[in-house]
Amino acid sequence: MRFLSLVFTNLRRHRLRALIGVAGIAFGVAAMLTILAIVTGAIGMFQRILSTDSHYLVFERNVSDLFFSSVTREQLDAVRNRPEVAEAHAMLFGIVSAPDHPMVTCFGITALDPRLARGDWLAGSAAEFGKRGDEVFLGARAAEFLKVAMGDDLEVGRESFRVGGVFRNENGFEDGGIFMPLATAQRFFGREEVASVVAVKLHDESMGAAFKQAIEASHAGIIALENREFSQSYSSFKILNFTAWAVGICAFLLGGLGVANTMLLSVFSRIREIAVLRVCGFSDRQVGMLIFGEAAMVALGGVIIGFAIGFSVLAIMEWAPQFQGYVQANITAPVLLGIMGTALVTAVAGAIYPARYASRIQPAEALRYE
Amino acid sequence: MSEGRGSVLIKVKDVVKSYDHGRIAVLRGVSLDVRAGELVSLWGASGSGKSTLLHLVGGLDLPDSGKMEVCGLDPSRERDRLTLRRAHLGYVFQLHNLIPDLTVEENMRIPGLAVGQDPRETRKRVEELAEAVGMSERLSHRIQDISGGERQRTAICRALMNHPRILLADEPTGSLDEQTGDTVFGLLRNLAEKEKIAVVLATHERRFAEQCHRIVRVRNGQLSEL
Repeated sequence: MRFLSLVFTNLRRHRLRALIGVAGIAFGVAAMLTILAIVTGAIGMFQRILSTDSHYLVFERNVSDLFFSSVTREQLDAVRNRPEVAEAHAMLFGIVSAPDHPMVTCFGITALDPRLARGDWLAGSAAEFGKRGDEVFLGARAAEFLKVAMGDDLEVGRESFRVGGVFRNENGFEDGGIFMPLATAQRFFGREEVASVVAVKLHDESMGAAFKQAIEASHAGIIALENREFSQSYSSFKILNFTAWAVGICAFLLGGLGVANTMLLSVFSRIREIAVLRVCGFSDRQVGMLIFGEAAMVALGGVIIGFAIGFSVLAIMEWAPQFQGYVQANITAPVLLGIMGTALVTAVAGAIYPARYASRIQPAEALRYE
Repeated sequence: MSEGRGSVLIKVKDVVKSYDHGRIAVLRGVSLDVRAGELVSLWGASGSGKSTLLHLVGGLDLPDSGKMEVCGLDPSRERDRLTLRRAHLGYVFQLHNLIPDLTVEENMRIPGLAVGQDPRETRKRVEELAEAVGMSERLSHRIQDISGGERQRTAICRALMNHPRILLADEPTGSLDEQTGDTVFGLLRNLAEKEKIAVVLATHERRFAEQCHRIVRVRNGQLSEL
């Protein structure tokens, strides 16, 4: 395998061409890393919103998105009154507009919601939440980008609210969100007596199956899912994940075509040289491996640079106030390995035809080639 | 045929080669034997078939018919061709066919890489060959930075890297001035006489052909010994 040292020599000799290939893969890697990290981060944040101190989520059966889910007051009471249930917190999701910010996530919650007690209160306190119907409470990031502090008035949609408190939350969605007392949110969104989802904490987790069965048997319109089950079955998460991978793979296909083009040009411009290698004793397999080796090195360079670009972009997006803290990248080992694998496969696949072409070059014919 | 030389390394018998589906006949049933230590010139005008015969012997091209045996191997068989190129044959071209962006040493090393030679052994051989042809001071130079004669000497070193028994030289002096051509030819003659390598030299220059042990004239696709 000593002949593979020529891989590095060849890449060094054709720096510009190699760099173009590296750039193609690097942009694919960066795009895929950024998209997947943002999407999985967003899914993770949303999962954490739903699963705060709970075991089960109850929501409308067959709903396409939790924003459209309706759990009625009667259904909520029935859930709350189940013997297995220790706590049941109703939550209503909505999107509101605020000055210069047409879309801000709004959470309608009760004063007993555990996230209030867990928050790091920068102004006001959890004890004040829900005491006044004309008050909203803000995540720290939301207060920052909306440029308001406790006691200020804030235009939300067509109404004006007083800011009753500000608390910091580790979850990007919540930290960039507006919290309303549940009743206020129900009135504001015109969804009286309705919640989007009920987060249920059981006395004993082993009672889960019985609880789930009882809900299904007695309430045809709602469903209870374990947090893990919910993450796996929620169609919006599936769509997001699928879209992220699809967009990422498209980016890679472009990168792969770039590598194929680069390697093909590389082979065409070196036909005579490859013929010389054959004359000097290189087998067709060795010639093919040289081309694959060059493609693999281009992919490796692309992965390293792509990761550097991707991580930088994510860091900027997490830091930039324009993103309202909604970007909370989640980079997992499977995602990193998946990207590296896709990059390598794309580059090597792009080198199949050039390598095949190179390995079939006939020395006598190629040496006449001008 | 010269007497007193080594064993027959190249046997060509009734070889026919044509191009364009038989419309252009290049070699019309040629036969040739070359022994170890012989310096044989294939002398003829451009297009006479000299290079084609070298290509066939070197396994770079396949004959239409006829038999060939080189170092006991059949150059028309893929497996034998690879063995021949790796272990028994060295090739020198008119345009030297060196890789331009590489250094003299890197070019010389290529046959060693093909056979997975130990880098220390390769280095030793490079130094030995470079010294023999007066290229020791040029090893780190790039090909574009050396003269035509130095390039051809580099090509000869590359051809000799794996200790071949046969050197096929296709117009090696064709692109060189008279003095440099003489130097290169001198190297080839030394290889035959001192190293007992069979050297087959395709040339159109009579003065070089006449200095070889044997002159084989190539004309109209046929060989005749002068």
